Amino acid sequence: MYSKKVMDHFTNPRNVGEVESPSGEGTVGNPACGDIMKLTIKVEDDKITDVKFKTFGCGAAIATSSMVTELVKGKDLKEADNISNSTVAEALDGLPPVKMHCSNLAADALHAAIEDYKKKHASGS
Amino acid sequence: MKKIYFDHNATTPLDEEVLAEMLPYLKDEWGNPSSIHWASRKPRQGLDTAREQVAAFLNCAPLEIIFTSTGTESDNLAIKGIAYGKRKKGNHIITTKVEHPAVMNTCKYLEKEGFEVTYLGVNEKGMIDLGELEESITDQTILITVMYANNETGVIFPIEDIAKIAKDKGVTFHTDAVQAAGKVALDMKKLDVDLLSISGHKLYGPKGTGALFARRGVRLVPLIHGGHHERNRRGGTENVAGLVGLGKACEIAARDMKKEVPYLKNLRDRLEKGFMEKIPDIKINGDIEKRLPNTANISFEYVEGESLLLNLDMLGIAASSGSACTSGSLEPSHVLLAMSLSHEMSHGSVRFSLGKCNTVEEIDFLIEKMPPIVERMRSMSPLYAGTK
Repeated sequence: MYSKKVMDHFTNPRNVGEVESPSGEGTVGNPACGDIMKLTIKVEDDKITDVKFKTFGCGAAIATSSMVTELVKGKDLKEADNISNSTVAEALDGLPPVKMHCSNLAADALHAAIEDYKKKHASGS
Repeated sequence: MKKIYFDHNATTPLDEEVLAEMLPYLKDEWGNPSSIHWASRKPRQGLDTAREQVAAFLNCAPLEIIFTSTGTESDNLAIKGIAYGKRKKGNHIITTKVEHPAVMNTCKYLEKEGFEVTYLGVNEKGMIDLGELEESITDQTILITVMYANNETGVIFPIEDIAKIAKDKGVTFHTDAVQAAGKVALDMKKLDVDLLSISGHKLYGPKGTGALFARRGVRLVPLIHGGHHERNRRGGTENVAGLVGLGKACEIAARDMKKEVPYLKNLRDRLEKGFMEKIPDIKINGDIEKRLPNTANISFEYVEGESLLLNLDMLGIAASSGSACTSGSLEPSHVLLAMSLSHEMSHGSVRFSLGKCNTVEEIDFLIEKMPPIVERMRSMSPLYAGTK
C-alpha cells in the first residue's frame, strides 16, 4: 500500500520531538479525522535552522511529517513557503489516493509554524 | 520471519480437512448437480451431504437451509426478502447502530426505497436496551434484524430475549450470526429466530460460501431469479466444491467447539492480562463478560491504530483496527463511536481476533513486542506530550 520511502520515514522518522524555545509552532488536524501534527521551527536570519515534529496519526501522517522536516531544514523562509502538501507527497514517491486529503497535512503545519514566527517577529517579541 | 495471524474475524485459513473434502469436486466431479445423468450424481450427493451437515450444525431441517455466496448475501436475502415480501403489512424495520455493513447498508438502501428503519443505540459496553427495542415496535414493524455477536468487539447480544419479544409481537426476526458461528452454540430448536446468516470463510471454510437458515413457513422474495435452485429461493448453479467445504467446516465446528471455546478464551484472556500489566492507558472495548471468546478490542490512548498495525506487520503479526485509515473512510469505527468512545480512542483501537491455530507462544510474543511499539508511537504523539 505504501511506497518504500513512506515506510522508510515511518520506520525511521527524522526530527521527532520539539525544538527548544522555538521561533514558531504550528498545529494542524483534529482528533475526529485521526491526524494531528505539531511542527516547531527555529528561525535564524530568515533561515529555518532547526525543525521537529510530533504527530498522532497513521503511517502516511508520520511519514509526511518526517519528510517535511527534511525538506525544510536549512531552507530560507521563502523557499519553505513554496513547499506544498503535494511537494511532500511527491518526495515520498506518492501516497495512496485515500490518504491524499486526510493525512497529507505536513506542509500546512509548516506554514502555520512560519505564520506563527512571522506574527511573533512582527510584534518584536 | 514467522507469520502470526490474529485477524480471524476478518477471515480464517482453510482447514486441511475441508480442503481434502473439496478437492474431488474441483477436479473429477464437475457435473451439474441439477442434471439427471451420471455426471450429476456425486455433485448432487455432495451438495445433499453439505446441506445435512449445515443443518446438523444449526440443529434444523436440511430444507431450512438456503445456500448463498457469502454472509453478506445471506443478510441481503433475509432483510430484503422479508421487507419486499411484507411491504403490504408494514414498512418498519428495527436494527442497531453497530451492525456489520452487510446489514447496515442493506437497511440504508431500504430507507431509500421508502422503508422506515429504527437504529437502536448501544451503551458503553456495546449492549442494546431490550426495553427500547420493545418500545420501538409498532403495528408497522415487519422485521427485527440484530447481529448475534459484533465483529469488532465480540459483544454477544441477547438473541434469545429478542426472539421472544419478536415472537410475542408477531414480528419476523433475523440475526447475522456470521461471527458467532463456531464460537457460540446455535440450536434452532431452542432459539426462536426466523432467519439466521452464516458464512463459510469465518469458519475455516472457503470464501464464496454462505448459508441462510429460514425457518419452515418463512417466505422470502428471492434476490436472484433464475432456475429452480434452492427451492426457488436462490437461482444459479450451486458452487458445489465450495458448499461441500462449507458443510465440512460446519461439521468440524460442531465437533470441535467444546474444546476450542475454552482454548480461545484462555489465549484471549492471557493477551489482555499481559497488555494490562505492561501497557498503561489502554482500554478493553465491549462487555467483558458477554463477549466472543476469541476477540480482544483494545484502545491504546494517544496513538493511532494504523500506525500500530504497520509496526506489528513488520514483525509478521496481522491484526486490524477501527481507525478510519483502515476503513477507507474519514470516520473511525461506527461501532466504537456508537459506544460513546472518543474519536481518539476509536482511532487508537486494535482488534486481535484469535483462532484455533494460535498458540500460547504467539500470544507471549505479542505481549513482549507490543509495549515498546506503543511506547515509541506515544513518544511521537503530540497528544501524549500534552498530558505529561
